[in-house]
Amino acid sequence: MAEVLVYVDHVDGSVRKPTLELLTLARRIGEPVAVALGAGAENTAAALAEHGAVKVLTHDASEYADYLVVPKVDALQAAVESVSPAAVLVPSSAEGKEIAARLALRIGSGIITDATDLEAGDEGPVATQSVFAASFTTKSRVSKGVAVITVKPNSAAVEAAPAAGAVESLSVSFSAQATGTKVTGRTPRESTGRPELTEAAIVVSGGRGVNGAENFALIEALADSLGAAVGASRAAVDAGWYPHTNQVGQTGKSVSPQLYIANGISGAIQHRAGMQTSKTIVAVNKDAEAPIFDLVDYGVVGDLFDVVPQLTEEINTRKG
Amino acid sequence: MSLRIVVTVKYVPDATGDRHFADDLTVDRDDVDGLLSELDEYAVEQALQISENSDDDVEITVLTVGPEDAKDALRKALSMGADKAIHVEDDDLHGTDVIGTSLVLAKAIEKAGYDLVISGLASTDGTMGVVPALLAERLGVPQVTLLSEVSVEGGTVKGRRDGDAASEQLEASLPAVVSVTDQSGEARYPSFKGIMAAKKKPVESWDLSDLDLEAGEVGLEGAWTKVDSATERPARTAGTIVKDEGEGGKQLAEFLAGQKFI
Repeated sequence: MAEVLVYVDHVDGSVRKPTLELLTLARRIGEPVAVALGAGAENTAAALAEHGAVKVLTHDASEYADYLVVPKVDALQAAVESVSPAAVLVPSSAEGKEIAARLALRIGSGIITDATDLEAGDEGPVATQSVFAASFTTKSRVSKGVAVITVKPNSAAVEAAPAAGAVESLSVSFSAQATGTKVTGRTPRESTGRPELTEAAIVVSGGRGVNGAENFALIEALADSLGAAVGASRAAVDAGWYPHTNQVGQTGKSVSPQLYIANGISGAIQHRAGMQTSKTIVAVNKDAEAPIFDLVDYGVVGDLFDVVPQLTEEINTRKG
Repeated sequence: MSLRIVVTVKYVPDATGDRHFADDLTVDRDDVDGLLSELDEYAVEQALQISENSDDDVEITVLTVGPEDAKDALRKALSMGADKAIHVEDDDLHGTDVIGTSLVLAKAIEKAGYDLVISGLASTDGTMGVVPALLAERLGVPQVTLLSEVSVEGGTVKGRRDGDAASEQLEASLPAVVSVTDQSGEARYPSFKGIMAAKKKPVESWDLSDLDLEAGEVGLEGAWTKVDSATERPARTAGTIVKDEGEGGKQLAEFLAGQKFI
């Protein structure tokens, strides 16, 4: 059976959920071989084996932390040359897409980004994408070289499928370009204790209607009652009420959770582009004419300052 | 010293219009108005700011690959303050994928001459966000991408990249490829004077032969990916909408409980 390389996104050995989803998708096309790089790479093996990795290729060097993107491309290229895979799958983070693109070009392969589903096809893997603010669904494939595909978080349910997960060390020689862009400083983002926005099963967002940074406490309280991530519309971010890292939309993050709750968000096309593929959509907005109501499974026309606290209280009561 | 900046821009179908695919599954450009991709305005803005903050002689060239109408995107960038423009236009470019686009752009950038390439973080139509990385790979120069802050001093570009896990300070020697996010600074509106001046600025037109490229290397034929189908998403079935008369929060909780979210 053909091998499929899966690039592992991990933090000090702790594997992030989108990678486990990739392993599930990889099994539809072949045998997953994981590539884990940097500090803690070997510690990823157990989680990867549990989710179907037959092999885990690891490599650590200071280059991965000290320089931007290219060292990881060099390593992935070395993995492609040692394995000759049928496909390479990479999580669709900003960095993941850059790594995948450079790799594709180097190995003479086409690239598909932001796939939302993947299946085996007669002429190689077929990727589903959601385009034009989710108004169209396309099916595409790579027609030249090894299929390099980046996959969005929440594109598959994580399934355990224990496999050998034999750890092998990958031999990497870095290219001249590897040390081109120095990382001269790094400030880790402070953890809010909430799930990562793009990975969360539930996202609670606030927009212009929240009307002030301090009022985002209402949105956070609702999010916490549901164990959800907090999102914000561009209007709220531009007003300085919430950090840009939480922005949902065309110029922010694209999310596809099981449940999306939009509060005080009108639903401009740019916002819809980032959340329209959510499974269940709920909105609270004073304006009955807001375009967001065209998308919802359930909408409440009302003042979020009344509705949201009542909803939060009710959820907390029900959870006892 | 002089600093040559090439800003890559894209002419995209207006997202507020009714975007569709043509019969060959390329983007239908006839039915929707086009415009300069909003995210590229931030790239033009940062080029202008680098120029304004520099003691060097800075020349800003805006570059696009696209159909005849793509000149509109160049005009907008020129009216913001860029010095000159290059338009790569060729019928054989129709259907070019991202790998092919990066090839054409890289050839044009090399022909134009550059110290710094600045791009937006992604186009607002394809939204892939990989062209800057591909350009760095093709040109063999450092990529300093997704910056929310950028500065150039004495042959070095520095910037801040805000990722999910950390905010990183980056540094590279020129020549380099930079991309900037919408957090890098509000893009200016063209002034009346800028709009008038833009009419007199040079716009060069290049075709594939000017870049020593063959038709088969680009276009639908030369693409390394293939779209097999594009289906319009069925309209969502109308949801339940209630008016809050004091119990809106509780009603919503009831709905969420029914869907097993609580």
